[in-house]
Amino acid sequence: MNDLISLEKVTYRYGREPVLVNVDLSISPGQFVGIVGPSGSGKTTLLKAIAGTLDPIAGRVVRQPDLAVGYVPQVETVNWYFPIMVREAVLMSRVNGRLVPWPSKADLREAERVLERLGLEGLGGRHIRELSGGQQQRVFIARAMLRNPKLLLLDEPTSGVDVRTRHDVMHVIHELHHEGLAVVLTTHDLNGIAAHLPRLVCLNREVIATGRPGEVITPEVLERTYGAPLEVLSHGGMPVVVEHYPETIEPSIEEAPARAKVVPLREGHHEHPA
Amino acid sequence: MSTLLEPFDYGFFRHAILVATLAGALCGLIGVYVVLRGMSYIGHGLSHAIFGGAVASYVVGVNVIVGAGVWAFVSALMINKVARRRTIGADAAIGTITTASFAVGLILVSTYRSFVVNFDALLFGNVLGVTQADVWLVAGVGMFAGVVVFLGYRQLLFSTFDPEVAEVSGVNTGRADMLLAITLAAILASTMNVLGVTLIAAVLVIPPVTARLLTDSFSRMLWISVGVGTVCGFAGVYLSYYLDWASGPAVVVTAAAVFAVAYVVSSFRRRLPAAAADAHVG
Repeated sequence: MNDLISLEKVTYRYGREPVLVNVDLSISPGQFVGIVGPSGSGKTTLLKAIAGTLDPIAGRVVRQPDLAVGYVPQVETVNWYFPIMVREAVLMSRVNGRLVPWPSKADLREAERVLERLGLEGLGGRHIRELSGGQQQRVFIARAMLRNPKLLLLDEPTSGVDVRTRHDVMHVIHELHHEGLAVVLTTHDLNGIAAHLPRLVCLNREVIATGRPGEVITPEVLERTYGAPLEVLSHGGMPVVVEHYPETIEPSIEEAPARAKVVPLREGHHEHPA
Repeated sequence: MSTLLEPFDYGFFRHAILVATLAGALCGLIGVYVVLRGMSYIGHGLSHAIFGGAVASYVVGVNVIVGAGVWAFVSALMINKVARRRTIGADAAIGTITTASFAVGLILVSTYRSFVVNFDALLFGNVLGVTQADVWLVAGVGMFAGVVVFLGYRQLLFSTFDPEVAEVSGVNTGRADMLLAITLAAILASTMNVLGVTLIAAVLVIPPVTARLLTDSFSRMLWISVGVGTVCGFAGVYLSYYLDWASGPAVVVTAAAVFAVAYVVSSFRRRLPAAAADAHVG
C-alpha cells in the first residue's frame, strides 16, 4: 500500500445524527489536499477521522503502520490565558518516551531548530498570547512538526486572520509541503486558499466532488456542496467564486453622498502614526 | 522564642501542622490541574460529596476516609458521565450529583442520632482530631500524588491544555482524566479532617490562582502553587492555635490574604511596563 491513509466507505455519527456518510478518501505521501464545505458539513470530523481519534460506525480506515501525524487545531479553540510559554507549548509533542518531566537536551535542541525553521527564534520564553496571529499559528505548526510527521493536518489554519497573516501562514505550509510533507487542511476560504491548492475535496456530510480546483470549483458542485447558487468566474486561469446576496444593501441617507476617498501617500513619509 | 515554639510541645499540634502543611502542598499541586481544566466547581462539589460518603461509611461500619475517597471517585466518574451528554452542562451535573450526595450525608446524620463522631469537625476542620495515622495517610497520598504528577507530567499537561490534539499525539486522555480523578478524591478524603469539607475547595483553588497571577509558565505555576499551599497550610494552623480559630477557616483566610498580596503585586507589575511604554512614546 502506497497511501499514507485510506478511508473506505466510512460513516461517523455523533449521537443519532450522521456527520459523515460513506466517505472514500486516500492521502498519498507528499500530497496537498484541501477540504471545503459549509459549517457543519463534517470537515473537522473528517480531519479527526484521518488523525485516528474517531472510530467509524461503518467502513474501514487503513493507515500505514506507525504513521506519525501532526495536528494543528483551530486557533479559536486555544485557551490563550493558559500559562504556557512558546517553548513549553512546542515541547508538548514530546509526550512519550521520557519518564521525567523536564525535556532532554536533544529535545530542547530540536525544539529550537523547529522554532528557528518557522521564524520563531528568540520567542521560546514568551507567553503564547504575546505573539502576533501568524506567530501563534506557527507555534502550533511547530508543535506538530516536533513529532516529525509524515502527514500534517490543519483545521482552518487561516480562519479569523488578516490577509498578510494568511499569506504568512500559507507560505510556511507550502514550504513544509515542498520538503515532502503530506498536508490536509480544511478551509472556508474558496478564493484565498482553496483555489490555490493542488487537490480539493468538496464535502457536505458526503464527498460531493474531489479533484483539482479547476475541476471542482464549478457552480454545480458548489451548489450541491453549499446549498446555495454561486457564480464562478475565471481569472488568469484560476476559478474565482462570486457570492450574490438576494438584496443589495443600500446606503442610508446620511451615508448617501459618500464617495471613494483615497488618502494620498505622502512622499518619504512611512512612519506609523503616533 | 520559647513562646513561638510552644504549640510544638503538643503532639496533637505537631500532627495537625504536619498534615495541614502536606494538605496545603497537595491541594496546591492538584489544584493547578483543577483550575486550568475549568474544574474549580468540581473541587467545591466533590468536597461536599465526600461528606455524604463519610457519613454513609460510618453508618455501614467502613473506614470513613476510605469510604469518603471511594465516594468522591465514584461521584467524579458520574459527573464525567452525565456531563458528556451535551444536553446537561458540567456545572449542572456537578450541582446535581454532589449536592444530592451532601444531602444524603445530612439525612443520615439527622436519622442516626447516636453518632459518637462529631461531624462538625468534618465540615469545618479540627486540629484536635488529627492522629499519627492521619499523618501517615496524608504522607502516603502525597507520595502517590507526587508520583502521578512526576511520571504523568507531560500527559497531564497536554491533556489539560489541548485534549483533542493530545489524543492525536498518543496521549490516553481518558486515563489521564481517571488518574486525576483518583488523585483528587484521595487528597480530598485524606485532608478533610484538618481542612473541613466545606473549605477544602478554597485551598484547592486559591494557591493555583495566586500562582497564575505571578507567572505565565506552567512549570513555574506548579512550583509556586505548591509553595503557596505549603506556606498557607503551615501558617494557617499555626495562627489557629493562637487565635483559637478552627483550622480550616484559618488556612483559607491565610491563603486569601496571600492571594490579595499577589493580586496587588501582579497589578503593579502589569502597570510598570505600560508606564514605561507610555514614557517612551511621550
